[in-house]
Amino acid sequence: MTLSAHPLKEKYARSHIKRTTTCPGCGIGTVSQAILRAIDELGLDMDDFVFVSGIGCSAWIPSPFYNADTLHTTHGRPIAFATGVKLGLPDKHVMVVSGDGDLTAIGGNHLIHAARRNINLTVVLVNNGIYGMTGGQTAPTTPRGIKTITSPYGVMEHDFDISPMVVAAGAAFVARWTTYHPRQMTRSIKKGIQKRGFALIEAISQCPVQYGRASKLGGAVDMLKHFKESSIRLTKARDMDEAQLQGKIIVGEFSDREKAELSEQWVRLRCEMMEDN
Amino acid sequence: MQRNRRVLTGTHFEMGNWACTEGAIAAGCNFAAGYPITPASEIANFLAARLPEVGGTFLQTEDEISAICAAIGASWAGCKAMTVTSGPGISLMQESIGFAVATETPLVIIDVQRFGPSTGVPSVGLAGDIVQVARGSHGDYQIIALCPESPQEMFDLTIRAFNLAETYRVPVFVMADGFMGHMREQIVVPKEDQIKIKHRKIAEPAATVLERRDFQDVNVAPMPVFGRGLKAHVTSSCHDEHGMRNLSDPEVMHRYTMRPIEKILRHRDDIVQVEDGCEDVHVALVSCGTVSRCARAAAQLAQNEGLKVGTLRLLTAWPFADQEVRAVAEKIDHMLVLENNTGQLYPYIKAEAAHACRVSFLAPQTLGQIHDPKYILGHIKEMIQ
Repeated sequence: MTLSAHPLKEKYARSHIKRTTTCPGCGIGTVSQAILRAIDELGLDMDDFVFVSGIGCSAWIPSPFYNADTLHTTHGRPIAFATGVKLGLPDKHVMVVSGDGDLTAIGGNHLIHAARRNINLTVVLVNNGIYGMTGGQTAPTTPRGIKTITSPYGVMEHDFDISPMVVAAGAAFVARWTTYHPRQMTRSIKKGIQKRGFALIEAISQCPVQYGRASKLGGAVDMLKHFKESSIRLTKARDMDEAQLQGKIIVGEFSDREKAELSEQWVRLRCEMMEDN
Repeated sequence: MQRNRRVLTGTHFEMGNWACTEGAIAAGCNFAAGYPITPASEIANFLAARLPEVGGTFLQTEDEISAICAAIGASWAGCKAMTVTSGPGISLMQESIGFAVATETPLVIIDVQRFGPSTGVPSVGLAGDIVQVARGSHGDYQIIALCPESPQEMFDLTIRAFNLAETYRVPVFVMADGFMGHMREQIVVPKEDQIKIKHRKIAEPAATVLERRDFQDVNVAPMPVFGRGLKAHVTSSCHDEHGMRNLSDPEVMHRYTMRPIEKILRHRDDIVQVEDGCEDVHVALVSCGTVSRCARAAAQLAQNEGLKVGTLRLLTAWPFADQEVRAVAEKIDHMLVLENNTGQLYPYIKAEAAHACRVSFLAPQTLGQIHDPKYILGHIKEMIQ
């Protein structure tokens, strides 16, 4: 339990929530700040938003902290719930904040289908490469070879490359940054909020307590240094081969395109049908 | 014009699944999500065409889990929301049915039941989900489940389901089956002003959620619907009456489970409906759903032979009509429970009736077929000998 005393708290947090639930050194605070700064810099109000989250550490970013309509859902399903919220409230910004286990393992199908539909959600996917809350189990994002509590002899499976996968599924906007890149992350979240379409911001984040121990990367500062040294811009990465990219974290904006968006199409269809009647 | 498209007043000859769709539209449904599944698909098909005509939205999802989650999300967005499926879909939805219970979300779930277990026989009706809709999600809770017996009642009870969902802020099931869903009969759609429609109460703004009671009122807390600046905190994890998570106080845990249960049980007289045709009889045929038609035909055959046989029809499977079953049991000699399954309501009925009369169970002569009234009559005769 850490005391929270940031100026953004006064403006955006529920006044009776005094503490966050993250472990010392967790990257969630950085991601949460990036979200609130993005909202602040866009001059938006919390009443313009509905926040939806699933199960896992990062699902606790909006709930109970943010002073807004928040829906804390079952494991893996926040995007499915958010789809109903957005279609019911097409004028609101609907933001999903959840983790890699929640959104790509148990909820992977909802993620790719929401991207395919190109429904106007902003999904902030906090990727720490492990199941933190339940004690450090292997995630679909855990790199091969790392020893976790459920892969004590080393992970034999290959990990998801989330951002390109969501681009391939059809998302209008996709960006990936690490917690070493809070300003870039904030900028991409702003773009994601403004994007009329499905937007994914993959936030690679440190979990020193579980992932740091499993990967032997060390504490929070060591992990941030690792993010700094391993990150490579998408523009640069395009000129590199697979061997050169081994172990690198490709960061940048993977997709920014205009496509027909689902909730707007529904608003239009309903108007047309009502006029016809 | 739009009002006329909402209620298709008149006499129709259509299938039960059409009637259910029109009941939903007449009740004010403006959001539905579903995934194709026999024998429920026609309802989704009809809704996809009909909802936009009345300003509503239909979403075909990637699976049934997504369908119920989207419907719950839409309900929190202020829509009258529903989903429609059959047994396998209900199995997938169970976790989120619990979510709707715990978060007190108004929602209608249409279950056009089919032959099981597992993938079973899609097109054959069987009342296989009676227990799973009440007990299938983990934890303790009460549910409302309505049991139509005809296409007309698929219209009437779908409207009632929406009204109960809105009144009590709960998920409500309509338990049809493949026989009834695909059966064509006369359906009378009344005039719009003759259809009673209920709307949920909506919470008032407050400085913080701590100054408002959004949950756990046995007389139904006004719902802090999203998008109105109410800053609702909604979680299915254990929470207090403000919606704030509390995973440490046993008193809060107790209320979190008990208040939604009490909310339904305290209003059971308003919810439970039976048709009691057991005046001056020795034998009562107890049934719900499609089987009630066979029960009535069998009772008629028996009466023609001078036997004193009546029927007790449960229009609500849940909350269980314990008092009504008990009252009938105490004035008869034999109770014969007829279900189109291997006896799902039977233990509940027996528990209320066995102290006062002999209670036995009769499945169809062959599972997958409906009870032959003559087969029931034969059984009655054996029973009373």
